[in-house]
Amino acid sequence: MTESFTPPPAAGCRDTPVLKERGQREVFCGLTGIIWLHRKMQDAFFLVVGSRTCAHLLQSAAGVMIFAEPRFGTAILEEGDLAGLADAQEELEREVERLLDRRPDIRQLFLVGSCPSEVIKLDLSRAAERLTQRHAPRVRVLNYSGSGIETTFTEGEDACLASMVPVLPETDRRQLMLVGALPDVVEDQALDLLEKLGVGPVTVLPAARASDQVAVGPNTVVALTQPFLGETLSALERRGARHLAAPFPFGEEGTTAWLRAVAQEFGVSEERLEEVTAAPRARARRAVAQAAETLNRRSLFFFPDSQLEIPLARFLTRECGMEAVEVGAPYINKQVVAPDLDLLAEGPVISEGQDVDLQLDRCRAARPDLTVCGLGLANPLEAEGLTTKWAIELVFTPVHFYEQAGDLAGLFSRPIRRHDLLKLEAAE
Amino acid sequence: MKLSVWTYEGPPHVGAMRVATGMTDLHYVLHAPQGDTYADLLFTMIERRDHRPPVTYTTFQARDLGSDTADLFKTACEDAYARFQPQAMIVGASCTAELIQDDPGGMAETMGMPIPIVPLELPSYQRKENFGCDETFFQLVKALARPVEKTEAITANLIGPTALGFRHRDDITEVTRHLEEMGVGVNVVGPMGATPEDLTRLGAAHFNVLMYPETAESAARWMERELGLPFTKTVPIGVGATRDFLEEVSGITGLPVRTDESRLRLPWYSASVDSTYLTGKRVFLFGDGTHVAAAARIARDEMGFEVVGLGCYNREQARNIRRVAKDYGVEATITDDYLEVEAAIEAAAPEMILGTQMERHIGKRLGIPCAVISAPVHVQDFPARYAPQMGFEGANVIFDTWVHPLVMGLEEHLLHMFREDFEFHDEAGPSHHAAHAPAPRPAEPAHEGGAAPRPAAPDSPRDISTQEEGPAAAGGIEIVWRPAAEKELKKIPFFVRGKAKRNTEAFARERGVAEIDVDTLYEAKAHYAR
Repeated sequence: MTESFTPPPAAGCRDTPVLKERGQREVFCGLTGIIWLHRKMQDAFFLVVGSRTCAHLLQSAAGVMIFAEPRFGTAILEEGDLAGLADAQEELEREVERLLDRRPDIRQLFLVGSCPSEVIKLDLSRAAERLTQRHAPRVRVLNYSGSGIETTFTEGEDACLASMVPVLPETDRRQLMLVGALPDVVEDQALDLLEKLGVGPVTVLPAARASDQVAVGPNTVVALTQPFLGETLSALERRGARHLAAPFPFGEEGTTAWLRAVAQEFGVSEERLEEVTAAPRARARRAVAQAAETLNRRSLFFFPDSQLEIPLARFLTRECGMEAVEVGAPYINKQVVAPDLDLLAEGPVISEGQDVDLQLDRCRAARPDLTVCGLGLANPLEAEGLTTKWAIELVFTPVHFYEQAGDLAGLFSRPIRRHDLLKLEAAE
Repeated sequence: MKLSVWTYEGPPHVGAMRVATGMTDLHYVLHAPQGDTYADLLFTMIERRDHRPPVTYTTFQARDLGSDTADLFKTACEDAYARFQPQAMIVGASCTAELIQDDPGGMAETMGMPIPIVPLELPSYQRKENFGCDETFFQLVKALARPVEKTEAITANLIGPTALGFRHRDDITEVTRHLEEMGVGVNVVGPMGATPEDLTRLGAAHFNVLMYPETAESAARWMERELGLPFTKTVPIGVGATRDFLEEVSGITGLPVRTDESRLRLPWYSASVDSTYLTGKRVFLFGDGTHVAAAARIARDEMGFEVVGLGCYNREQARNIRRVAKDYGVEATITDDYLEVEAAIEAAAPEMILGTQMERHIGKRLGIPCAVISAPVHVQDFPARYAPQMGFEGANVIFDTWVHPLVMGLEEHLLHMFREDFEFHDEAGPSHHAAHAPAPRPAEPAHEGGAAPRPAAPDSPRDISTQEEGPAAAGGIEIVWRPAAEKELKKIPFFVRGKAKRNTEAFARERGVAEIDVDTLYEAKAHYAR
């Protein structure tokens, strides 16, 4: 069944020395994850305890202001709060009381730490404990840090999910747990494939509502759907769960390998896997082929952003024929991405962390056909004649599993097609 | 601690970035953690800038705290100088770095850099973005501008325009043109487009044009005191204000007012009969103080609107806006709480909002058309075409912009005449931009995610729920609408229906009428007829 894929490379990137850099980072902090997490968890409110900068980031990162009153907000620290810490605790509790009065629909409240709250050592876990005691069982109050001094972009989701793990009920049930906040359409497709394979019961973290029972225990097997969930995985392992290592479900190959790992764990035959996946695999292959025509033999450079870079480089090189020059990730968790590194043929620079000026120098020297980068760099690089893809779209768009494989490839081919389409010079 | 949902202004260091990004050959070293770099995308995406903002972030992490954040700062300064070779640098801290008290300014001064280093003290937990602009430009001017010989010809500096400013790019062109027509040259424009070197020549001008008090008033006052440069007090937005501005320039320079009237269209467009339908349109204004004060004058004196409410989000302009509000007989709304602004607009029930991108959202929710007159900005506020707010062309642009969201004259009558028509129903919105028609007000407020009942404003002194149901219940009488009267009420155009309903109920209450029938409705109409 694997014949249709390129054979795994003789040497992958698992043991490639990683270029580690530190310097100016052109990435978001972990607060940004709130933008999608608050849509996913429909009865949760995210209260950032921070500064005006935090509020401004959330507003700007979203790109648009979401209509009506969102389920997130910032308790902005003021001069007075910084003077005495006892006051800040009281003030926070007062703001939470007010908020919960106003929003009786809220069942989970996340107190989200920020750079300023971490620096003044505001104890949000104590606040969360006290507030939980007061509002249980109606509202559960948890806390995590999305601060830039501790988390990079998608690590915010990791910290959020990890904060939920200690309070999950215990179960001995043999079950599969999918971990990662996926768009509903994608999650439904994944559950449907697993059901057809006869794998179950399946539970998903995070659930849409606090009342959806998610439990964990020694017979729980964890399949991550996002590569940035290392802390959550460790927390689940501490609760006795076991990690199922697999490439991430991007593209036909990644999705099939991910499903195969689950199938083998749950004793599903290779024949059954073939039967369930043959049709969607063929669809995915056809959809990817269109975009791959544009992407084939084009060079690719990843600036660090979401930790999706390594699995996506695997997809783009193996299924779309691209040639990776550099694959930069903000953080590389080898336990999680090793299966993808094995499939990524050696050659590209694998870099972790960032010194943006040095990385820009390398990018300019390589002049890749496509540069995947953040919004702060995209237009300046376009102005230098480089074609870019905004990395943030990769976490805001449904891109996992078979039916989105074509869309995923399309996200990368569109900027190149557009570049080829535009004719702005005089005809002669 | 104050709960905030949406903010009108960013933190003060974003103001400093607006100054640095507007200028050339200036670099900003910002002591800040990872994540604060989000601010770059404001410039590269919203304003579509083709260069990164000239900002180096030290990007300290939790593990650096207490050990070597100061070294990180020094290294960042040295690297930035070596790489970018700026003429001058500004250094400062973002909100988090302010807490760790590394004193970037002090450190930078001891580093012996071969260029001027200007330290910034921007209190992040007290002040906001506009203050950041104003203070940064002031510190730069104070550090760099020196008395120099005046230019032979009469010249002015244009001060205030920054990166990410609302139409600053085009306002510069328009004001320059007006000055040229009077025979006044431009010495320096800044911060936008100026180098630190240019700022040393500010004193060569004969006076300053203070384009935006929000971003350059402190610098203007300093230059008046130290360099003897008078500055203009009128912001030339609107026909009347532009004429006043030209008079002011004439007063300062002794040159007669000379201007090309042939390109000014607002007065005739406003006088032409098609504009009759604009008469008395009830408008609510909100934005930064300067733009709101200017827009109020245009609304009343040049468009013939009725100003039913106004306010600003920047407290620095509170006194000025309260004075303007008094002149217009309304209460000023001075707040940066988005929900409070929404409540004020809902209570005033205007036919149009002249606001910011934030009010555009409020307008959509309430089904009220909105035109944007002020920052905070959005990618739409950087049009490809020439679209100033200042001067004669600015007045033309404003006329078009404000009329665009409204239902046109005859169309309004048709809507009224054929209320039940399947195409001309009152929820269709203006026919010339169906896609942007204000959403009709739903019978039930839309619930976000289907779960949340619409909450009352958190810190708002007003209670929205009593506003919606209040008039009928208040005053001790329970007022009931008879079905026929209710049906008649629905025939009134939706944009004045709320007012008609309230007026009728107030009329009924005054007379102790508990049931409103069709006659009550029309008696009230006659009573309130102007």
